[in-house]
Amino acid sequence: MSVQLFFQHLANGLSLGSLYALIAIGYTMVYGILRLINFAHGEIFMIGAYTAFYLVTLTFLPWFAAFVVALGITCILGMGVERIAYRPLRDHPRISVMISAIGASFFIQNLAIVIFGGRPKTFPVPPMFGTIITIGGVNIVSITFIIPIITLIALFVLLFIVNKTKTGMAMRAVSTDHETARLMAINVDNIISITFAIGSTLAAIGGIMWGLKYPQLLPIMGLIPGLKCFIAAVVGGIGNIKGAVLGGFLLGLMEIMIIAFLPALSGYRDAFAFVLLIVILLVRPSGILGSVQGEKV
Amino acid sequence: MKKIMVMLMFVLIAGLVFAGGEQEQGSSDVIKIGVFEPMTGANAAGGAMEVEGIKLANKLYPEVLGKKVEVVIVDNKSDKVEAANAAARLVDKEKVTAIIGSWGSSFSMAAGSIVKEAQIPTVGASCTNPLVTMGNDYYFRVCFIDTFQGAVMANYAYKEVGARKVAIVQEISNDYSVGLAKFFTDEFKRLTGDENAIVAVSNYNTGDMDFTAQVTNLKSLNPDAVFAPGNYTESALLIKQARELGMDVPFLGGDTWEAPEFLDVGKKNVEGAYFSTFFTTEIPITETSEIFIDEYRKEYNKEPAAVTALGFDAYMVILDAIERAGSDDPVAVRDAIATTKGYPGAAGIITLDATGDAVKNAVIKTVKDGNFAFVTTIVPE
Repeated sequence: MSVQLFFQHLANGLSLGSLYALIAIGYTMVYGILRLINFAHGEIFMIGAYTAFYLVTLTFLPWFAAFVVALGITCILGMGVERIAYRPLRDHPRISVMISAIGASFFIQNLAIVIFGGRPKTFPVPPMFGTIITIGGVNIVSITFIIPIITLIALFVLLFIVNKTKTGMAMRAVSTDHETARLMAINVDNIISITFAIGSTLAAIGGIMWGLKYPQLLPIMGLIPGLKCFIAAVVGGIGNIKGAVLGGFLLGLMEIMIIAFLPALSGYRDAFAFVLLIVILLVRPSGILGSVQGEKV
Repeated sequence: MKKIMVMLMFVLIAGLVFAGGEQEQGSSDVIKIGVFEPMTGANAAGGAMEVEGIKLANKLYPEVLGKKVEVVIVDNKSDKVEAANAAARLVDKEKVTAIIGSWGSSFSMAAGSIVKEAQIPTVGASCTNPLVTMGNDYYFRVCFIDTFQGAVMANYAYKEVGARKVAIVQEISNDYSVGLAKFFTDEFKRLTGDENAIVAVSNYNTGDMDFTAQVTNLKSLNPDAVFAPGNYTESALLIKQARELGMDVPFLGGDTWEAPEFLDVGKKNVEGAYFSTFFTTEIPITETSEIFIDEYRKEYNKEPAAVTALGFDAYMVILDAIERAGSDDPVAVRDAIATTKGYPGAAGIITLDATGDAVKNAVIKTVKDGNFAFVTTIVPE
């Protein structure tokens, strides 16, 4: 394999990985605070992409304004899902909330089929995201540079919020112990709402970036990215934000490299992602960066 | 006490089921034709185009033997398991006389054993894999098969494109794609006389969106052309990513590319892509073609796709068979379909051979200025 070819594969892998990382951050953050695997995350991601699509094609908003409005709408929707599907089950066993999350996921997916229709829509890509840059024989689409930058910005903003702000401190308190946090005069419901608002906004950013890279929208488009990013989050250590970014990059790179070096296996890339999940769960269940902790009683 | 309650429930439910069954059989002034097509999921656009043709045919010819024809459409969700369920529902619950479907050979094959066992004649519109009708007396189709289509594209690649080394990208989970790739390979190797004429075979899965790794591999092998039969959106994304990675060789594909989504997703990247299909509005073959094209333009205000014409034809062939059989008994209708000869369909004259396949011309189209454009017609030898 020539050096140029290797770098092309590397660029492809980093590009895919940064997208996984972006979506995995939201996944892992909600888990970190609530100990809830938000199965509807992939659907929020899909709604984000569709909202941006309709705002760009049906209104006169310029694309950047449309994207910002889409983030706002998706954020409110994500909070709505929490309010309707998760909050009433706050004091129930965790398994009930998880089942409710799966239900919410199916409901949103099927609602999207009814509202948006089953035929794929084409995401409008502003020209600046589609220009091709050639560096030393390696072709890179400009969106490939933009996604990792956005992923890193999202990572630092999120780390700042969680570690340096009062809200962040409250979030960490809630994640440690709901009841005690409530006794410390923290409004747990509000904090969880904020968590979902941030998580959904991140999902929407992921959805829009996904649309810019792969300009095809389907109501079921959230399913596979949702699962892949769940795997990325687990690999990195679920609940750990830096781990999610690491896991996302690793998964993207490995998926591309397995096809690069073993082209005969190219039909099995999804299977490979799940094999990775199983291996990680067997060898290091807490993930690469996750801390080993006992189950709370 | 509990046991008695449970048993009572069972009796009640069973009663409801049987009562429902009897009621449905009572309405004999309607002939039901079932349709199972992908209305949602990855192949939704293909299913929608065929259904447009079936609905149009039903609107123009709503009666046979003095009875009203009711079209029952069931979504197979672009999924093999759901396709079998959809066919079973048409057979068991809807009690249809005949079935039309499905876009996607895999879905047709998944339903094959169900219609065979239930003895319900089924006519595929655009499912081209040879295995759909092979060994199944109840499955027919109004289109040509992939052994022919693969050979047509191999000839086109060899003679017109001038390719000597071709790379193949196939949708590994799709019987249509894998089958067509195989028939292309056989013919192309025969034409070039070169066992190594196919430089690489790369795979992907239905629903995949990232093909950069496959394309990067292929690009380094420098093929003269790429043959990539598969679903329209995956193929459009594949070609888009190939162009972005600096691969500028011609892409060739099969009939599934003829969907508006292929143009929308691919935009300028799919310009100059070649594919084979069944029918073109430039050359209406029969009187039915003209009626179909006129009525379609009136109804939908756009140009019909080839698979829409085939959906139309599938309905017409069943209607013709019911009329010739003089009854809506599925087995009688099956026998009548099997003897279809010289029927003037919208997408050409339909004569079914012993396997139940139509022998027809293929049409080569390309993408020019953001539209599908007719290139040439190829007649089977």
